[in-house]
Amino acid sequence: MTTMQVLFLIFAAIILGSAYKVVTTKKMIHAAFWLIATLFGVAALYAMLSAGFMAMVQIVVYVGAIAILFIFAVMLTRKDLRDSATPLNDGRFLAAVLSLLTFGGFFLLLKNWTGFTQLPSAEVPADMVGKLGTALISPSAYILPFEVASVLLLAALIGAVYVAVGATKNK
Amino acid sequence: MEFWKDPITTMFDSLLASFTSGGMSESLATVLIWLIGILAFVSFAMILDIFLVWVERKVVARFQDRLGPNRVGPFGIFQPFADIVKLLIKEDITPIGADVVLFNLAPIFSLMSVLLLWAILPFAPKMVGVDLNVAMLYLVAAGSIGTLSVIMAGWSSNNKYALMGAFRTVAQMVSYEIPMVAALLIVTVLAGTMGAVGIVDAQEAVPFIFLSPLAFLIFLISAIAELGRSPFDLNEAESEIVAGFHTEYTGMKFGLFYAGELLHSFTFGGFIALLFFGGHRFFGLENLGPIVGAIIFMFKALFFYWVIMWVKYTVPRIRIDHMLAFNWKFLTPLAFILLMVTALIGRLLLGSSWLAPVLFLSNILIAWLTIEYLKSHAQKERAQEEASTQSVAPVTQH
Repeated sequence: MTTMQVLFLIFAAIILGSAYKVVTTKKMIHAAFWLIATLFGVAALYAMLSAGFMAMVQIVVYVGAIAILFIFAVMLTRKDLRDSATPLNDGRFLAAVLSLLTFGGFFLLLKNWTGFTQLPSAEVPADMVGKLGTALISPSAYILPFEVASVLLLAALIGAVYVAVGATKNK
Repeated sequence: MEFWKDPITTMFDSLLASFTSGGMSESLATVLIWLIGILAFVSFAMILDIFLVWVERKVVARFQDRLGPNRVGPFGIFQPFADIVKLLIKEDITPIGADVVLFNLAPIFSLMSVLLLWAILPFAPKMVGVDLNVAMLYLVAAGSIGTLSVIMAGWSSNNKYALMGAFRTVAQMVSYEIPMVAALLIVTVLAGTMGAVGIVDAQEAVPFIFLSPLAFLIFLISAIAELGRSPFDLNEAESEIVAGFHTEYTGMKFGLFYAGELLHSFTFGGFIALLFFGGHRFFGLENLGPIVGAIIFMFKALFFYWVIMWVKYTVPRIRIDHMLAFNWKFLTPLAFILLMVTALIGRLLLGSSWLAPVLFLSNILIAWLTIEYLKSHAQKERAQEEASTQSVAPVTQH
């Protein structure tokens, strides 16, 4: 086994273990912190795939913004912060069927994929971020999705401000 | 002579030779040397931190017209060691109802978010942990780990004051991240790269302070806010919420928060030096070798650490609504306008010798326009206030 394989197994174990804890832990806030551990594991996998930009964005966006938003939501909506209840309901049978179906689908898809046995084509180019930036604004690559996403985000921002202003005026 | 030119590689090679001579495999020896290097580097940061405690206490004493520690050793330089012994023998209290695991993890995360930053600090050419090509994003990501540690501490303490401090910190850190990222983007636009080494190399002719003094100011202000130091120390406002998020921490756990804050300030001093003041350069003195460059870099970092302290001990704490309004209504728009102007000028005058003077003049122009706008806005507000008091005044006379 190479060092990379050992590292991959460690990070995969972290991701799976903490993801399991997210759904089974009894305290809501602990679930949020376990989710952060999962997101860190995913960021580590990105870094191992030489996608440093993706790894950093994963931490900035998911840990720095979304996970903190989750924690805030839990803190502000629960009366008792030590609130604990069983997180499982009676839908276990349905959940098992759904996860089996998903797993089977992925298994069939990946079974026919040849990417596992092929070696990576070449060395990763040094200036990945520069390439990504050029691709995002070049008309032959991703400018349309990029602009559509920007417009969507702008609309969401304006909408948020409008809702917030309306709420203070109605008081 | 080799050591003088490239100390890190020379040390690595000699260690590797002595390790493999005993029959150890080369890959294991490399991993071991890396681990030793990380340990030595972190120990250096922590020992520097002990020294910083003394510096901080001496400087605050001078600002407040006192002498500061002067009993233990010459100039009181051994005072931090006495402090450490005191912190270690204090009782380690975990409050009832606290979340023990998160309560103990929080100080570790706090210090970790600072030590992570040291990995990308380029002290001199060939004296850098890793030359990431996304170093500026890494800086922001490490900052979000710091935010996380504060939430962990505030929530797990089972204390309303601690929770309040955590809420304040998060509001502050999340909002001041935006102008900081904009200032970092300006530097990225000027340097053409996000890597720390690339940014230092791009400042060979002109340090970025001359190309974008406003970006430096924005970065300094948002860095102070990110550090949670006065005037942005709402997270631990002693007169309002006891000690904020670390109210319940005792002994060395409190010490870790404190040490983390000081080292964080020093590290941000280093980042200011590397982003705007040319890193290890000082009028050609850096050509003597990387070790001299590293010493220059440390002195620059210390100087900007002193600037941060100067602000801290001069300016009183601002109110929380002022803090948010200052960020969202002033700093963020200014940072975005500056970013757009810099990007536009940088593109139009790409490769021209006029680039540097035009950038500098555009900064001055934006600063002047901002001041004029603020002046007229303040006049308008004052006139409104006077009008409202005049209309109220006759009523009170009756």
